[in-house]
Amino acid sequence: MSTEQETELTAKPLYRRPAAMHEVTTHYCAGCGHGTMHRVLAEVLDELGIRERTIGVAPVGCAVLAYNYVDIDWTEAAHGRPPAVATGLKRMLPDRIVFTYQGDGDLASIGMAETIHAANRGENITIIFINNAVYGMTQGQMAPTTLVGQRTATTPRGRDAATEGHPIRMCELLNQLHAPAFLVRTTVSSPKHVRQAKRALKKAFQYQMEGVGFSLVEVLSPCPTYWRMTPVESCRHIDEAVSKVFPLGVIRDVKADDRETD
Amino acid sequence: MSAKEGKQVLYSGNEAAGEAAIRAGCRFYAGYPITPQNRLTAYMADQLPLRGGVFVQAESELAAINMLYGASAAGARCMTSSSSPGISLKQEGISYLAGSELPAVIINVQRCGPGLGNIAPSQGDYYQATRGGGHGDYRCIVLAPAGVQEFGDLTYDAFDLADRYRNPVMVLSDGMIGQMMEPVSFDHLPPASPPPRPWALTGEPGRDRNLIKSLRLDAADMEGFHRKLLAKYAEAQEKDVRFETSGPQDAEVLLVAYGTSARICGQVVEKPPPGLPFRVALFRPITLWPFPGRQLAEWAGRVRGMVAVEMNAGQMVDDVRLSVAGGCRVELLSWLGGRVPEAAGIAEGIASLFASPREARAQ
Amino acid sequence: MSRRFEVRILTRFCKGCALCVEFCEEGKLYIEQTPNKQGIQTAAVRADVECSGCMKCAAICPDAAVEITRVEQPVPSKTRSD
Repeated sequence: MSTEQETELTAKPLYRRPAAMHEVTTHYCAGCGHGTMHRVLAEVLDELGIRERTIGVAPVGCAVLAYNYVDIDWTEAAHGRPPAVATGLKRMLPDRIVFTYQGDGDLASIGMAETIHAANRGENITIIFINNAVYGMTQGQMAPTTLVGQRTATTPRGRDAATEGHPIRMCELLNQLHAPAFLVRTTVSSPKHVRQAKRALKKAFQYQMEGVGFSLVEVLSPCPTYWRMTPVESCRHIDEAVSKVFPLGVIRDVKADDRETD
Repeated sequence: MSAKEGKQVLYSGNEAAGEAAIRAGCRFYAGYPITPQNRLTAYMADQLPLRGGVFVQAESELAAINMLYGASAAGARCMTSSSSPGISLKQEGISYLAGSELPAVIINVQRCGPGLGNIAPSQGDYYQATRGGGHGDYRCIVLAPAGVQEFGDLTYDAFDLADRYRNPVMVLSDGMIGQMMEPVSFDHLPPASPPPRPWALTGEPGRDRNLIKSLRLDAADMEGFHRKLLAKYAEAQEKDVRFETSGPQDAEVLLVAYGTSARICGQVVEKPPPGLPFRVALFRPITLWPFPGRQLAEWAGRVRGMVAVEMNAGQMVDDVRLSVAGGCRVELLSWLGGRVPEAAGIAEGIASLFASPREARAQ
Repeated sequence: MSRRFEVRILTRFCKGCALCVEFCEEGKLYIEQTPNKQGIQTAAVRADVECSGCMKCAAICPDAAVEITRVEQPVPSKTRSD
């Protein structure tokens, strides 16, 4: 009988900060969805092994400094123009993964034409659309996706549909075009939803690598600061209000046969 | 081989510029329809995809300049073209190109403005081209052809200059030169040799990641960048000024003109109309920026005066005055409305300006 | 074989948003009463509560400030023989 006892401890890391993230604190507010999606993006880059082959186009908005946080080739772009910049990049480097990372003002206001036409041309790029229904960086003005009744710096009495229109559902709008391959709306309001958002982003990049076509991953994202809520309240607000205006789910998936599509 | 020795073909200015761009190694073109440069866009649509490049008709001129930003960031030689109102739309993008040190070529086939204006040729965008046009402290190198061959040659050179200085370069043409047809040759153009771009976003493994940006929040960092740009521009002023003179060295009146108005001034110098009482020479800037001011000022001491001949309300005349710094009289002959000068009109203008001490008047 | 999960908060990245606390079903996480040097009340781990290894805290964290480790220790077997 052995008199030695095997007491070897084995420690297996189950979760660590993604290697593709720089070891810095971000400037984002506590509870901001940009932080979560940067982390998800970095995890996807690590898991697909594409970090060095990926080129990102950063927006004007809170995420203007995205390039300080995720370790890939990056370019800035003028406000709203990332889909045009991405078009130039991808047409010249068709075997690289090119994505844009944009907020609601960048993508749906000043950049509306660039967004629609890149989608309509079927550019084989991925657009990550962070929709927090407000302009954060410039301190809380109305965005194209601001909810009716939502108070912002430019709608102090709440967005009035009669003079300011209704929030724009970009996935549904782009769904009118022939070319887009994958349009999906996700959120980061709970761990389950974050995992779904990650699967959606991973699929979008895989589609790009397979040449399937244009993909847009919309992410309903909390803005605790300009929603004037705590981070936890912001997540509840997404579940109870924002996702009623912007329904979650796949709006279009041209390859929705035997793939996991949640 | 010179241009004259090569095989001559009949091209419009717009098409000559397109052919020269492709021979210079242009691999990406984005443009939007606007008169009077549509033949250039159409030429690129037809030829570029057949010769290893990509053509995109963009949704607007503003989208086009931003596509160039991406293509240049990817390491490719790239070009866009438009006419005056569309160039106004591109100004933000041009500022971003300069602020991010991205090479690119922009062709402006000028029409009459402001606003929608008309589609006749004009030189009304001189200020816009040479004073930056977009926001912030930057310059475009600006090249001004005076004929179809030169439109091709300067477009070819624009790509080399853009790469050398990592800066946008503008070829400032006009609706006359863009649309007229003349014999042109391309055989003398050397094969394209784009320099390596180690800073480009190529998504290559095995190197540190690259970043293209123009945001510099720290004042010292921004100032350092401003000084870097100033050093580039000083070098361009030193090394890359281009101009041409014609006519007698002992001229009494010096015409200063570029582009189409220089062609007509050239006729006045070559075959002076009878009765023109002065010996007239022509000083033709080819780089509008860097402006050949020092070389122009050398004439000030020996002429009665200089006459800027422009198809606008008077823009380059400011640079003539600045260069000469009071060293001689400077006058202006203007053709407005999209009208093209005629040799007789220029001669009459010179005669009346220097016969009596009158200020510049519009013809 | 005994197995347990260890949760570690990387306080240098934590902004105290408390989302991990909200979504942890075991009550293993809490927010510190005392702010740290940056003035942030960071998340912290209760040593006396068992972590289920669900990794919801890591999934929800906007700052990648959570590490999860699985620790296994073979239980010495009294019936083992040479």
